[in-house]
Amino acid sequence: MLSLAECLPDGSRCFRSRAAALTLRAGLHSQPLLAIRFEKVTKCFDGKRVIDELSFDVPRGEACCIMGRSGTGKSVTLKLLMGLLKPDEGKIYVNDVEIETLDSAGLVEVRKTMGFLFQYSALFDSLSVADNVAFPLRRHTRMRETEIADSVRERLAEVGLEAELDKMPLDLSGGMRKRVGIARALALKPSILLVDEPSSGLDPITTREIDKLLIELKSSNKTTVVVVTHNIPSARRIGDKLIVLHEGRIIAQGTPQELDESKDDVVRQFMSSASE
Amino acid sequence: MMAAIMNNSEHPSRGLTRMALSETGLLSTFAMRAVRVAFQRPFELREVVHQVYMAGWRSLPLVMTSGFAIGVVLSMHTRATMERFGAEALIPAALAIALISETGPLMTGLLVSGRVGAGIGAELGGMKVTEQIDALESLAVDSFHYLAVARIIACMIALPILTTVMNFSGLIGGFLAETVISNVSLRLYFHQAFAGIGFMDYALPTLKTVVFGFIIGTVSTYLGYTTTGGSEGIGRASTRSVVFSSMLLIVINVLLVRIIFLLFPAGAL
Repeated sequence: MLSLAECLPDGSRCFRSRAAALTLRAGLHSQPLLAIRFEKVTKCFDGKRVIDELSFDVPRGEACCIMGRSGTGKSVTLKLLMGLLKPDEGKIYVNDVEIETLDSAGLVEVRKTMGFLFQYSALFDSLSVADNVAFPLRRHTRMRETEIADSVRERLAEVGLEAELDKMPLDLSGGMRKRVGIARALALKPSILLVDEPSSGLDPITTREIDKLLIELKSSNKTTVVVVTHNIPSARRIGDKLIVLHEGRIIAQGTPQELDESKDDVVRQFMSSASE
Repeated sequence: MMAAIMNNSEHPSRGLTRMALSETGLLSTFAMRAVRVAFQRPFELREVVHQVYMAGWRSLPLVMTSGFAIGVVLSMHTRATMERFGAEALIPAALAIALISETGPLMTGLLVSGRVGAGIGAELGGMKVTEQIDALESLAVDSFHYLAVARIIACMIALPILTTVMNFSGLIGGFLAETVISNVSLRLYFHQAFAGIGFMDYALPTLKTVVFGFIIGTVSTYLGYTTTGGSEGIGRASTRSVVFSSMLLIVINVLLVRIIFLLFPAGAL
């Protein structure tokens, strides 16, 4: 009989049993058709429903953009997806694994399959660019330092920052920090990338460059990308599917063309704001 | 905070009591979680070693200088008193007892709570408001274990070592002050200083500082972890870390001394 606190070979965390851990890992890497599924998810803060019975799904390898005005629950949706917040009601599935029922060790396994780019990058300011990107590799792999250094250079080359290895985050511009954030989020080669406001605080040219990077990721690595943005041109470029949130509810979802033809005033107003 | 209390219909003093009890409860839960998690994998040894370096090694100049100065001052005061009774020969022993039993541990605790407690509160507070703690979680790292528990353990390791350094710095300061006046040799001075001090007399007050380390680490990581409100919040977390950990340390010290006297009446000086 397996002990209650039997540990994984990599010593990462204690699972209730090795079998449970292996089942979870197998599920996470099974590559189901739907990478993400929300089922009637509700989240309240101080009694206010910030997310109200949210239901949507994102097929594997596609890009989904969640749009809406400020305070409509876009970033909360990403944090729920990452397990940083727990839903009050409803179910969230990542690669067919229901995440809100997992313990902290289970969540660690789920998070290894996802990357998260924060709105302001959230780079560790005490670590250099190279150490920021190397951080998840040192934590979760058994790679040697030389292999880690190669992998870090590779990730940074993908975002065009291979020359900035030794710089500190505070010495970088906003756009460069975003790129390092993407490199760090991609360090473990996740199957899902979550991006919070990639264009905030960036000029239009840098925004286009970041968008291009996300599109390349989706097409070349088959990474599922979920982007939260209120930048409509950006969403049109990146998204296979767009979701419009209003007061915590989905008021429209579909391809950019389908949303252009929507008869809902808020959606039309939102989609037309790009051309203004 | 006062506005929140006054908005409530209950009496302000009752609101304050409720808030204090609530904070105490949350801090206790945080501390118990830290104790539980400390015995779980992964043990974050690399981070603990790094934090011992940050909290311990980097506090050495402050602790050594303070210890030396305290030793000189205590020696001068002791001489002024002892001379009246013609008991100058007891000066080293009196200084050693004062330093080892109380002055050294308590001063080290207060100095570390000022330097390290404020640092931890500000560092974790900054990480919280810039989403770096969330970033750690998103990278599949248990931030509580990595940030909070590692720092608490580091403080618990660093405090007894720093206390020992403080005690010896104080004795050296006392020796220099004494040798200028009485020309006493180093060997004789230390022989007289430790003549009446046994192992338990030294070990118990020094080990008491492990508890001080736990208090400083827990209070400052708790306040850093629960920071809200941008740069103002970071400043508040830093200040409160010093104030609360120092206050708690002084109060708990009374209890610890009482417990030592109860459990080890022969060992306590």
